Amino acid sequence: MNLQPTTLQKIDEVITHYPVKRSATLPLLHLVQEDLGWISPEAMEWIAAKLELQPINIYEVVTFYPMFRQKPIGRRHIKVCRTLSCALTGGYKVCAEFQKQFGSQPGAVSADGEVTIDFVECLASCGTGPVVMIDDDLHVKVDLARAQQLSAQIKAGAKARSTP
Amino acid sequence: MIQPLPSDLITVNVDGKDIAVPKGTNMIEAARLASVEVPHYCYHPKLTISGNCRMCLVEMGLPAVDPATKAPLMDPATGKQKINWMPRPTIACATNASPGLHIRTNTAAVQDCRNSVTEFLLINHPLDCPICDQAGECKLQEHSTAYGRGYSRFVEQKNVKPKRTQLGPRVTLDDERCILCSRCVRFSKEVAQDDVLGFIDRGSYSTLTCYPGKQLANNYSLNTVDLCPVGALTSTDFRFKMRVWFLKQTPSIDCESSVGANTEVWSREGVIYRITPRQNDAVNDTWMADSGRVLYKAVQAADRLSRASLNGVPTTQEKALQAAVDLLSGRGGRVAAGSVNGVAVVGSGSSTVEEQFLTRKIADKLKAPVALVSRVDTGDKILVSADRNPNTRGALVTGLICALPEQKLSALSAAIEAGQVQVILSIGEDLIAAGLTAAQLAKVAVIYLGTHQNATSTVAQVVIPTLTVFEKAGTLVNQQFRLQKFVRAVPGLGGVSDDLVSLSHLLNALGGSTLGSTLGALWPVIAAEVKVLAHTTYDTLPSTGLLLDSATWAGLPFIEGETLHFKPVTAVGVKS
Repeated sequence: MNLQPTTLQKIDEVITHYPVKRSATLPLLHLVQEDLGWISPEAMEWIAAKLELQPINIYEVVTFYPMFRQKPIGRRHIKVCRTLSCALTGGYKVCAEFQKQFGSQPGAVSADGEVTIDFVECLASCGTGPVVMIDDDLHVKVDLARAQQLSAQIKAGAKARSTP
Repeated sequence: MIQPLPSDLITVNVDGKDIAVPKGTNMIEAARLASVEVPHYCYHPKLTISGNCRMCLVEMGLPAVDPATKAPLMDPATGKQKINWMPRPTIACATNASPGLHIRTNTAAVQDCRNSVTEFLLINHPLDCPICDQAGECKLQEHSTAYGRGYSRFVEQKNVKPKRTQLGPRVTLDDERCILCSRCVRFSKEVAQDDVLGFIDRGSYSTLTCYPGKQLANNYSLNTVDLCPVGALTSTDFRFKMRVWFLKQTPSIDCESSVGANTEVWSREGVIYRITPRQNDAVNDTWMADSGRVLYKAVQAADRLSRASLNGVPTTQEKALQAAVDLLSGRGGRVAAGSVNGVAVVGSGSSTVEEQFLTRKIADKLKAPVALVSRVDTGDKILVSADRNPNTRGALVTGLICALPEQKLSALSAAIEAGQVQVILSIGEDLIAAGLTAAQLAKVAVIYLGTHQNATSTVAQVVIPTLTVFEKAGTLVNQQFRLQKFVRAVPGLGGVSDDLVSLSHLLNALGGSTLGSTLGALWPVIAAEVKVLAHTTYDTLPSTGLLLDSATWAGLPFIEGETLHFKPVTAVGVKS
């Protein structure tokens, strides 16, 4: 387990918030996913050991919540809304554009490891669709041009990182 | 009005009938005491309550009191206290009886609940009882007959789930049949102390599984099969071998250790198909170890002794017994005629009380020393104890031995080396496994009474075949000094006499008094001679056993550690 020291600190802190250790299962899963991007089998076993539980107890929780990812994710997570308003204003086309830009399928990591594109349900900005969320940033009124622009930004960021 | 009761009993009313139940009884058990069945799936009296199947919904009411004064509110029409019925049904398993509690299980509302729960359970359940292994002992099948509508209104596609998952080496899971009662999950966690089972993908696709890479491999895994109210968990060994309604059930005892778990042997036409636990709340609750369930395979094992033999040559039972008598009485040429000093008897902690009693009589007649073979292994703290002899206590009770058996037969070994022993009578014990060497056995004549071939039977001068525990009846004394009886499940192997017949023949031929070779004839003698067994008879022994007075042996350093319903009494000067 390759967790950041700050994550480890938060984990130790959050366990103390509950009368029984088991109750910290969800917060720990969130912290680990924030840090590593996904919940690996190794992470489940680590959390189980941390909370004095059996791995199956953690596995049950992870499989219940769809937003706990059991597969690795790209460096950036592009979430395209496909609920009614965004679907009507062209959310599907936006998603297709992102897929074209990065050459990847929904749910899969792009070949360069840079992004994972996913459809999501309502991001609660229905008047300004299509809406896209990249990691924690909300982008509204994303048309094809804006999608290309956002893709270019991500690619530029990746390039800048690879050539220091 | 509620009548005050002297003890911890409280009065509850089930379907209009008052009944006294112990405090803390839940409503299912209270109804059971009133001979009213409340159908249920997830509730099990020996596991924690989870309350997830909703099958046990009943109507519940409590005596009405004035909110301000707490005075009982009376119904002028009947002169009795009014009952406040809850507007909604309650699950009976998770509600404990309180004084004056009223339960209604026979109303239209309750019936409606049961019908609806049954319909929901059957939505995704395969409707293929004719090819299901659980048919005939399936709670879902029984309750669907009673509460199902008989046809399905479900026109959508049923869920598809894994059909034959190997959860472990002995358990196969059909996830489509699972009704998600979680009995197996709770059993694994609470009783077997091995929390490997759980539900993943909760929702319409809930699936019972182990954590990837783990197995339900503990020695109690097959109890989950017994617990499973439907055909989801099945025994890989028993699966699709035999329809349960063809099988005859015989009460028996698990002979793998001194715990003496009560068992049920299921057989048909002389063939045993499976062994399951039989409830005894003082010994094994409703559980038993997996290792005890395969013991029946010894009955038809390839190395079973089926014929008597004399110096390795097959012979008749009569000739073998005669040869044994000759050897023991000194006429066989190994011991000087008229002298029986050179005989040693090796008794067994696997023999029944009756056999041990006869063995004692034979040894007395021969004035022979008696050794017992000890079988020690580690106990698992649940239902397998450290002493793997099922009847060591029986040997003490019948006086076959006075002290606990030594690890190896060192005293006998020394006696052979010193030339003091020329003939050994072994009652079912492999002397080489018990610590004697082949060279030592070559110096003596061995008479072996046993069920299976082993190193001793191949070198024995006289071999007399005997019966396994499934083919005879008798009693055993477990680690609690509980005398428990078992009954013959299947007929003995053709041509093999009952152990008691062979032993009493030997005793008679050696000049002992006729004690009889049947349980009915022997027990009056045993009861008369053995003080702690006074007034006991085989026929009147209760199915849950009889706790004997163990004060005489309290100081002995028994090796058992703690197991379910057993705490060892630490004798003075014994290290734990």
